Amino acid sequence: MLEIKNLHASVNGKEILKGIDLTVNKGEVHAIMGPNGSGKSTLASVITGNPAFEVTKGKITYEGQDLLEMAPEQRAGAGVFLSFQYPVEIPGVSMVNFMRAAINEQRKFRGEEPLSASDFLRLMREKKELVEMDSQLTSRSVNEGFSGGEKKRNEIFQMAMLNPKLAILDETDSGLDIDALRIVANGVNKLKTPENASIVITHYQRLLDYIVPDFVHVLYDGKIIKTGYKTLALELEEKGYDWLK
Amino acid sequence: MSDEIIYEVTQNDYKYGFTTDIETEIIPPGLSEDVVRLISKKKDEPEWLLDFRLKAYRHWKTLKMPDWAYLDIPPIDFQAISYFAAPRKNAPKSLDEVDPELLKTFDKLGIPLEEQKILSGVAVDAVMDSVSVKTTFRENLAEMGIIFCSFSEAVREHPDLVQKYLASVVPYADNYFAALNSAVFSDGSFAYIPKGVRCPMELSTYFRINAANTGQFERTLIVAEEGSYVSYLEGCTAPMRDENQLHAAVVEIVVLKDAEVKYSTVQNWYPGDKDGNGGVYNFVTKRGICKGENSRLSWTQVETGSAITWKYPSTILMGDNSSAEFYSVAVTNNHQQADTGTKMIHIGKNTSSHILSKGISAGQSNNSYRGLVRVNPKAENARNFSQCDSLLLGDKCGAHTFPYMEVNNDTAIIEHEATTSKISEDQIFYCNQRGIDTETAVGLIVNGYAKEVLNKLPMEFAVEAQKLLQITLEGSVG
Repeated sequence: MLEIKNLHASVNGKEILKGIDLTVNKGEVHAIMGPNGSGKSTLASVITGNPAFEVTKGKITYEGQDLLEMAPEQRAGAGVFLSFQYPVEIPGVSMVNFMRAAINEQRKFRGEEPLSASDFLRLMREKKELVEMDSQLTSRSVNEGFSGGEKKRNEIFQMAMLNPKLAILDETDSGLDIDALRIVANGVNKLKTPENASIVITHYQRLLDYIVPDFVHVLYDGKIIKTGYKTLALELEEKGYDWLK
Repeated sequence: MSDEIIYEVTQNDYKYGFTTDIETEIIPPGLSEDVVRLISKKKDEPEWLLDFRLKAYRHWKTLKMPDWAYLDIPPIDFQAISYFAAPRKNAPKSLDEVDPELLKTFDKLGIPLEEQKILSGVAVDAVMDSVSVKTTFRENLAEMGIIFCSFSEAVREHPDLVQKYLASVVPYADNYFAALNSAVFSDGSFAYIPKGVRCPMELSTYFRINAANTGQFERTLIVAEEGSYVSYLEGCTAPMRDENQLHAAVVEIVVLKDAEVKYSTVQNWYPGDKDGNGGVYNFVTKRGICKGENSRLSWTQVETGSAITWKYPSTILMGDNSSAEFYSVAVTNNHQQADTGTKMIHIGKNTSSHILSKGISAGQSNNSYRGLVRVNPKAENARNFSQCDSLLLGDKCGAHTFPYMEVNNDTAIIEHEATTSKISEDQIFYCNQRGIDTETAVGLIVNGYAKEVLNKLPMEFAVEAQKLLQITLEGSVG
């Protein structure tokens, strides 16, 4: 589904990613761990096409297409979703309106008819339950005045609404208490199918108690320095990163 | 609920920029007493109106263009403008007699004069260049005693009313452009709502400048008698032209005891091209007076067009317990300039006013809010709340706020809030990541920002206004 080859990327002229190779197949969950500043969020930004980052070398193929040639909204339309580490607030734009625009723009990209108002509202109701989201949140402006936990839950709600093929969760666990963490992880697990895949970026092992990865990669100084299974996460929890340098 | 409206992708260009090939009667460019007399004669006006025009003209000649606004106004050659252009076939009695070309124009504008309007319950007075084309729904309204007709007709058929209220709110000597309008106004709309009558439909006027090198100087007069209510809509468009066109209108509104008037404008005159060539110069004087007790006047405006906008819809709060509102969204893009706002003059006791201004600047444009709140010495317990927000798109545009407060009574409570914000790249990327392209995202964000004002518009207009905001800002980001 996703194949990253020798990816180099920089921001403001400073190289952050220094040659990433990563292959993600359908149905797989990949965890990416690593200390602060190792390039985890940059990788997520580059895959989704954030214009603040410059790809200087390498290739990303997504479902046979050259992902780097696609605009961010085209990547989204093709099924790439990012749960942001810091979701932004958009004052005045209600969640309802925002989601409706997002869904229908993605449908348009895929050559599908827009969703009718009633189907849309039904979908909203269903997915709100999935992430146990307070129904008032969707009538408020996008992330405006949401608590840290509400913002994260809102990201998973949007993921549920948009039903992506490849979901990237960037530190979705940070700032969550244990109950919220369980709810978010539960939502992610329910959305898992043999057809989609996810990349879970995290600092801590604890999220991986809930979302069980097939592979764990350690990112350090812009490179993947070790790849293993679930047990690698436990090992990292115990020993830290220093032993890998 | 405008929240529920789906955003449609709209086309890029100024879609009203077509001209209509109809026979036009146009008088040669130039302004003199003879021209003023000629206009009056063409319209077969009574002596008192000609006198009014001449007085206004003579006064205008003594005045200089105002230069206090935050606008860079190129010199205007008033002798190069034609002051009267009329589609040649005059005074249609029914829609069948209206020039089909003209009807097509209005169709393109999306203002069918016919059945569709019956469904939506809007009575339309369409003014093209200088002459009012056809007023729909006249008969239905007349049964209730409501008069809604072109200004010229009102002069002929209701001269007493016109004479009583004309220039009673905006005297001809009020300012440069009001004087010019008073001298050469050619047509416009007149509405009169009798005592105790709630006008059952939105009254709507559509203005369009079509002929080249003409100015449009329309005059609107609305009188709401005791205990009456009316909601009035005004829309404007113009074809694309290289040269600038002048628009100098006057709107006067008289609101008597316990009456309420809502006046909404969607102004979409041609703004000029991306390099600042062409476009309409929009110098408008709009003012209402809340004359009686408990009277109420509400202005809502969505200003997206014109190369230059100079406009301050104002309210004189004369009656005790009267109140006024001003809700405004002004958008400028490319090289547009807008200096717009309001004046609230508190005279009566327990009067209140509310100002909500949302400016949006993009491209290399300049967008200024200019507002005056004046509390006279005898205006006990006056209340005003003003909120002026500016949104910037890009870093070459400007947003400016010029609030003036003159408070001469200690019991007044006046509040003013102002904010300036920018659409951030993070917000745009967030939308992009959800599949929303940048133009649509800007439209969403801007409409969200302007929502409080758009919600004040009648539903039908709100949808159009949302689309307009998006079209106006296309190409302004990224």
